[in-house]
Amino acid sequence: MSLENIVNETKAYYCLECGKCTGSCPISRVNKGYSPRLTVEKALLGFDKELLADGGIWSCMTCNLCKDRCPSNVDYTKFIRYARAEALKTGYTGNCTHGGVLSSLMRIMGNPNLKQDRLGWVSDNLKISEKGDILYFTGCLPYFETLFKDIGVNSLDIARSTVKILNRIGIKPVVMPDERCCGHDLFWTGDLENFEKIAKLNVGLIRGTGAKKVIFSCPECYRTFKQDYSEYVDMDFELVHISEFLAEKIDEGKIDFGSLEEDVTYQDPCRLGRHLGVYDPPRKVISSIQGIGLIEMEHSRERSICCGTSTWTNCDRFSEQIQKERLKEAKAAADTLITACPKCQIHLSCAMKSKTPIDEVKIKDFSVLVASAMGLGDDP
Amino acid sequence: MDPKIVAFCCNWCSYAGADLAGVSRMQYPPNVRIIKVMCSGRVEPSFILRAFEVGIDGVLITGCHIGDCHYVSGNLRAEDRVKMAKELMKTLGLEEQRLRLEWISASEGEKFASVIKEFVEDLKSVGPNPLGKGEASCP
Repeated sequence: MSLENIVNETKAYYCLECGKCTGSCPISRVNKGYSPRLTVEKALLGFDKELLADGGIWSCMTCNLCKDRCPSNVDYTKFIRYARAEALKTGYTGNCTHGGVLSSLMRIMGNPNLKQDRLGWVSDNLKISEKGDILYFTGCLPYFETLFKDIGVNSLDIARSTVKILNRIGIKPVVMPDERCCGHDLFWTGDLENFEKIAKLNVGLIRGTGAKKVIFSCPECYRTFKQDYSEYVDMDFELVHISEFLAEKIDEGKIDFGSLEEDVTYQDPCRLGRHLGVYDPPRKVISSIQGIGLIEMEHSRERSICCGTSTWTNCDRFSEQIQKERLKEAKAAADTLITACPKCQIHLSCAMKSKTPIDEVKIKDFSVLVASAMGLGDDP
Repeated sequence: MDPKIVAFCCNWCSYAGADLAGVSRMQYPPNVRIIKVMCSGRVEPSFILRAFEVGIDGVLITGCHIGDCHYVSGNLRAEDRVKMAKELMKTLGLEEQRLRLEWISASEGEKFASVIKEFVEDLKSVGPNPLGKGEASCP
């Protein structure tokens, strides 16, 4: 897509140059060299080459804060996504974090000949099935576990906790041994060819299990299935995030979340919050735990600040600054930060390990918190 | 089947070891492509996965013996990184034998030749890399 088409598609020509985007952008606040307004302006004035070569387009966290506030409804997030796809064709890429190992993993998963062995984490006390109505999509958690153990993040606890909670309410979810990564990061970094392969493989695999409802614990997978897969492949199953699923069960009176004496605060993941508008279900579930105090941070819900970096590109000192400011906000609210996104947990935990120390905030995943309140936390 | 191998050799010991095998005219199979790195600790899990992604059948990482590293502890890092890569490979369903870590000093040309011979035989019994035919496209 040419830059002119990108401008037309995202209605960037409505831009008033008011600069609200740059004023809201969490990155612009710490990195004066980055400006969403200027980026759009470059496209409008026809500086195509400069725009595509600009490393700034890879810094955007695509967190939708600017899009929400734009008075002209310019879809800057989409603009960045298209611009990245175009830049990739021209030979530019962002700086892959972790040496590009995660991008490699995603591309490998696009290969139909791959036979994964993903279920090493399923212990005997977890009850899963091969075919059934309800499927739990684990996403990249088994890979995150290996890659981020050293910063103290045990991503598979999220998967175990989710299965335990589902087991408690009498559900034996299908967990697929060979599911692929959802392709979210390929999609957002412009590698649409591999994304399409992954989308088709995943939907085929889910169809094979006969599932009617797919539960996600990762907001990125949830968003990708819900909004982006439909362009490439037809789906005939219902999609739901674990927080929405549990909130529904509260209404039906089918679940008791137990009790936990703790003050917590909740980080809205950008994909779950601003991208999909799911703000209340996680809060409803957390508040249903007896004895828990849910204290909001200064910036929460629509105003929530992102975890500093996304799509495994361009993680730099600015990301760290955003993360640390977010952690300070969390500390001011409560000692424990709950997030519903495995990546928020990884990024914020990583910031905690940085060389200039900050006050310790415990970072827990939503499912892990709920499972431990229900008394399901301790057994492996 | 003719396996393709990528070998990462450290500048200070193993590359010289491979060189010695060459100048001494030791015979070993031609299935290996050598990439020189300054230290075995430089080899990230991403290098290894990238090799498998593009269809390489086996990856060999060689470095100085423990205690002999030119950078004191680079080879210990290599050990950790290989361990991590093996875990990732296990989840991906790639056979563990496809990745091999060996310590080869500058005087061990013979060991280099025999490691390559052994590795080629191992890979022949494991079979081709399943990712080879899918031709994953890489930006």
